[in-house]
Amino acid sequence: MSTNQQTGTFDRVVGARPGLPSTSAKRLAKGLGWFSVSLGLAELLAPRAIASLSGVSNKHTGLIRLYGLRELASGIAIFSQKKPTEAVWSRVAGDALDLVSLGVACTAPDAKRGRITFATANVAAVTALDVICAMQLSNGKQGIHANASCVVNRPLEEVYNFWRDFQNLPRFMRHLDSVVDIGEGRSRWKAKGPAGMDVEWEAMIVADVPGEVITWRSLENSDVDNAGAVRFEQAAGGRGTIVKVNFEYQPMAGVLGATVAKLFGEEPNQQLDDDLRRFKQVLEVGEVVVSDATLLGTGYMAQRPARPAAASELEGAEMLPSETATNYGSEERRSEGRII
Amino acid sequence: MKANCWYGKTTLSVEDVPDPQILNQRDAIVKISSTAICGSDLHLYNGFIPTMQRGDILGHEFMGEVVEVGREVSNLKVGDRVVVPFPIACGNCFFCKEKMFSLCENSNPNAWMAEKMFGHAASGIFGYSHLTGGFAGGQAEYARVPFADVGPIKVPEHLSDEQVLFLSDIFPTGYMGAEMCDIKPGDTIAIWGCGPVGQFSIRSAFLLGAERVIAIDEVPERLKMAEDGGAETINYREESVYERLMDMTGGRGPDACIDDVGMEAHAPAMVEIYDRVKQAMMLETDRPHALREAIMCCRNGGVVSVIGVYGGLIDKFPIGSVMQRSLTIRTGQAHVQRYMQPLLQMIENGDIDPSFVVTHTMSLDDAPHAYDIFKKKEDNCIKVVLKPDWNGNGAAKDDNYTVIH
Repeated sequence: MSTNQQTGTFDRVVGARPGLPSTSAKRLAKGLGWFSVSLGLAELLAPRAIASLSGVSNKHTGLIRLYGLRELASGIAIFSQKKPTEAVWSRVAGDALDLVSLGVACTAPDAKRGRITFATANVAAVTALDVICAMQLSNGKQGIHANASCVVNRPLEEVYNFWRDFQNLPRFMRHLDSVVDIGEGRSRWKAKGPAGMDVEWEAMIVADVPGEVITWRSLENSDVDNAGAVRFEQAAGGRGTIVKVNFEYQPMAGVLGATVAKLFGEEPNQQLDDDLRRFKQVLEVGEVVVSDATLLGTGYMAQRPARPAAASELEGAEMLPSETATNYGSEERRSEGRII
Repeated sequence: MKANCWYGKTTLSVEDVPDPQILNQRDAIVKISSTAICGSDLHLYNGFIPTMQRGDILGHEFMGEVVEVGREVSNLKVGDRVVVPFPIACGNCFFCKEKMFSLCENSNPNAWMAEKMFGHAASGIFGYSHLTGGFAGGQAEYARVPFADVGPIKVPEHLSDEQVLFLSDIFPTGYMGAEMCDIKPGDTIAIWGCGPVGQFSIRSAFLLGAERVIAIDEVPERLKMAEDGGAETINYREESVYERLMDMTGGRGPDACIDDVGMEAHAPAMVEIYDRVKQAMMLETDRPHALREAIMCCRNGGVVSVIGVYGGLIDKFPIGSVMQRSLTIRTGQAHVQRYMQPLLQMIENGDIDPSFVVTHTMSLDDAPHAYDIFKKKEDNCIKVVLKPDWNGNGAAKDDNYTVIH
């Protein structure tokens, strides 16, 4: 396997460092955790110094100690949670309380307004960081992950070879328009977006062990940061080939991000599962099987009534066999003869 | 073309829809000459099967003439007269190779729905909700038949539609119900339900070597048809099924029991009210009275064969009786493709003439009326055959059959 591991997405998908996500949001959360702990300890142990630094009255040391306890609790929560979304949001709530307290302190007769303004600016800056971090964690910024598997009643080598030719992927991956091999293990992927918005990216093969595993990831600076891995195993008893796929992508902000998110749907596992079902269909029966209801897709919203479509409706169909150049494995199935 | 479309509970409409066309290269288009209403269609009609959509075409028992074939279909040609099996099966996957066609892994594009409900998906089925693929059904003038190189069977011209149509479902289904009983010479088989499938189970049990067949129902003409097939009968409205069966078998119970009823069982009042209330409150989706009784009646070490359709969850299932008494439960949607050729051979040999079960022949236009009398068991209705080009002439093969039109 390659040692090229600069993205967290890639790490998780190919399993090089399982369970160790290293996205910026989590790093930021850790930084904020340390900030909470140090500020909390300072407020607990040296409330007078804190009061003087922020220009508030010495009379409030009790309150400052209480706020110190709150900071400590937030810090500990951040370090004790795998995904500290709630803990970081609790920091945001604490920030709000701090800002209100500073505002109240400002109105006191003995207030040192310059210092209070300075402290307020600092708290506001930290608040901004807290909000960014919490939102990133809440948005699932650490990547959307899907995995699925299936058993294909074909020999392992054939199954591997079919997948290894990435240009076959659009035959069963509903959202893909085309994958073009551009040489040196690189390929150009094009996906159909909603409302005619196409998304393109380039990917490279990271690892390729024939008959065992293929991993790929998008090149740096791609519009869509994504990575995938497919493993092949002989099923027990010679009953075909088990195919296991992991896939992950990083959603981004903006219109393009929303487009990509729609591509992968709200249930990425479901979508990958459906893709694998079609993969199995192409290999076993030669093409993707459609019913009247699923001409426009298999999801709940896409279902047509179970009745023939008018010609005009068929034009909008996503995946008709007429788009499939050949019926895969046709000769071999013929030579096997009818089965009953 | 004309087609019988579902628009909600007990609401059907025969209307014009676009003609089907080849969508997959292994498809054929069949011009339908005869199509039947199945007891399991009543579960759709009565609204007990989820994932139906307004406008869905019903029907999974049909036959006709091939009018178009896809590029990959080499065993059929335009003009062939074929009967189409109700499960759609690819012939290539693990289960098809094992001849368990109703478990085909490739024929249900909506497999994810079925997986959510049942854990795993079974095959696609014509006209039987979106859970089984969302395929247009055969109560229409034409149907698209996927995997036409695997499913449809050619039938000889000298056999009438009524003699071969039921190879599509109820004859193989009734037969598989009996076959799952592992019948040995001398066996006594009890059969719950004397609807069309039950009728075929009765005759199949005898064909498979049963000595006695005891059939249970409440509808006089159905009990009469069972007796015509050689069965002894019990009317559960008139006597206790358990007591009568024990009396008939010296207290041991039948060697095997077949549930040819399924999820909408009727029962003596209190039990039926209990299950109807639970079904209405969504505490159970199916009313399993026949199944419970079949289990309690079966002899120790016997087989309970469940071929009636169930769709979801049941309540008060006597698992203790099953376990303590070494019962075997066998079940499944019929693997029709497995049985079509041998059963066609039996028909040709004259061992059985499946047309006995037909009581009504009507035009496809009358489908809503046909469902209504079939559901209410009015006019002695047992089995309805619909014909798209029916003009009402020459319908009666026999004066005993009622002809509408």
